[in-house]
Amino acid sequence: MSSAKIALLLLSFLLAGCVASTGMTATPAASVLPADVDFGVTRLSDNGIFRATYRSDVAPVPLNELHAWTLHVETADGAAVEHAMIKVSGDMPEHGHGMPTQPQITQELGDGDYRVEGMRFQMGGWWTVTFEIAAGGATDRVTFNLQLK
Amino acid sequence: MHRYPLWRVGVLVATLSVVTACTLKLNATTWSADELHTLRSLALTALKPLPPDPSNAVADDHAAAALGERIFYDTRFSANGAVSCASCHMPERHFTDGRPFGVGVGVIPLNAMTLVGAAYSPWQTWNGKSDSQWSQALLPLENAVEHGGDRTFYAHLIAEHYADAYTAIFGPLPDLSDAARFPRHAGPVDAVAASMAWETMAAADRDAVNRVFANIGKALAAYERTLLPRPARFDRYVATLGNDGRPQGESLLTDDEIAGLRIFIGKGKCTNCHNGPRFTNDAFHNTAVPGAPGYPLQRGRIDGVVRVQSDLFNCLGPYSDAAPEDCSALRFMVAEGVTLLGGMKTPTLRNVAETAPYMHTGQMTTLADVVAHYSGGGYALLGHNELTPLNLSAQEAAQLEAFLHTLTEDPGQ
Repeated sequence: MSSAKIALLLLSFLLAGCVASTGMTATPAASVLPADVDFGVTRLSDNGIFRATYRSDVAPVPLNELHAWTLHVETADGAAVEHAMIKVSGDMPEHGHGMPTQPQITQELGDGDYRVEGMRFQMGGWWTVTFEIAAGGATDRVTFNLQLK
Repeated sequence: MHRYPLWRVGVLVATLSVVTACTLKLNATTWSADELHTLRSLALTALKPLPPDPSNAVADDHAAAALGERIFYDTRFSANGAVSCASCHMPERHFTDGRPFGVGVGVIPLNAMTLVGAAYSPWQTWNGKSDSQWSQALLPLENAVEHGGDRTFYAHLIAEHYADAYTAIFGPLPDLSDAARFPRHAGPVDAVAASMAWETMAAADRDAVNRVFANIGKALAAYERTLLPRPARFDRYVATLGNDGRPQGESLLTDDEIAGLRIFIGKGKCTNCHNGPRFTNDAFHNTAVPGAPGYPLQRGRIDGVVRVQSDLFNCLGPYSDAAPEDCSALRFMVAEGVTLLGGMKTPTLRNVAETAPYMHTGQMTTLADVVAHYSGGGYALLGHNELTPLNLSAQEAAQLEAFLHTLTEDPGQ
């Protein structure tokens, strides 16, 4: 091998090393979030009985800050659901723990709207917030997905 | 004279320029948009104004803070005249004490947490047994191994040494001169004589003493609320980052520190709990930290939940200034579930390199020990272990540790 070829070989190694080392610095964190997750703020309940929409008082939904949501509940065909009994729970499916608070429905605002106080998230990542809704003799659960950062 | 062929010169120049470009590229770290968002969320510029403490009407009163500062450093507020709050919360050590266990009248088998920025937290102490700084401040005063005193003793000290300052802030002191009604030593404490004396006091007299005692806590809290985090080299580095994710001008962090920061917000998953500008989520987590040898295991949050609910001085109690609906920490407290057992509050990482030893009983001497624990993982003797081992290489562990040193506040501020 001529010295010219050796030099070119050396040069190509250097280039490869440079690309590799700079490439490493841009590696994104892995995510196990399923690809088809729906992050919508309006979702149908598991059995299609209710349609619920949430709105956070603080947008985007913050980390480490106690805040409130308004949950709107209607039937699948769009009639406001009044006097519902609603339970709230949050979960991080990838971490096996929930929220640092136990949120509650503190007020029925009318027109199918309910005030949810005590919302707090302590980690960035994929969250699920589930509302168990009982009204008119029916009970169903609606789960929202959130990606917090 | 040697003659170099032109192609050789060309290859040499090309090689040198690639090496140079490569080196520059490595030094000029570029953060992605998501990473930049995270870095800015950690910088002190993201710190919001201190939230009000509705349970303490004098929380932001300057005179109360001044009185609280005097009491904080006053060793008369102890059974042996030698212990003050500053015995374990030393200002020159970022309000920690450099020891595994606190040392007051006796030995407290817990590591003293820093007070810097603690006013932001809805829960105080490792297990969150207090829902305000003022109710927390009362606990060591009456603990037999901390200050070792009792509440009539402290009320008498206020009357004897701080009557004017106290009265100006809180109104008239009760007349404590009748020693039969107000014994020198009385309170719901471990000391039998003082405890019995407390039981014999009239309910109205106990209430009057409780109110003075609560106000001591409120003054101390007003002072503690002034102890806020200050900028570190990390914050100045983030301030140099443009919206393109590149530092403007010379990098204020070394390559190793930047590599450590990248681990901190990425592979290390440290920001799961150490997030926000105080590097804590103020929540309780079980990361399989071993107990202190020879001492009972700390049960963590599960005990804190019970203690705070029964605390006479909590936000819902008769000595709180808050309306019940303002007691958000208690109203929305998680009071049951598998995550409580063994859960300890995430400590801030600001000034962490200066606040060894680490963990709730100071069982880890160095930052390298802490990083090794999170890298190697552990087995929780109590409760559910949230920790997934990080399996860091020796170089990565050293880089992560190097980054943690950049969180020390700049001197002379």
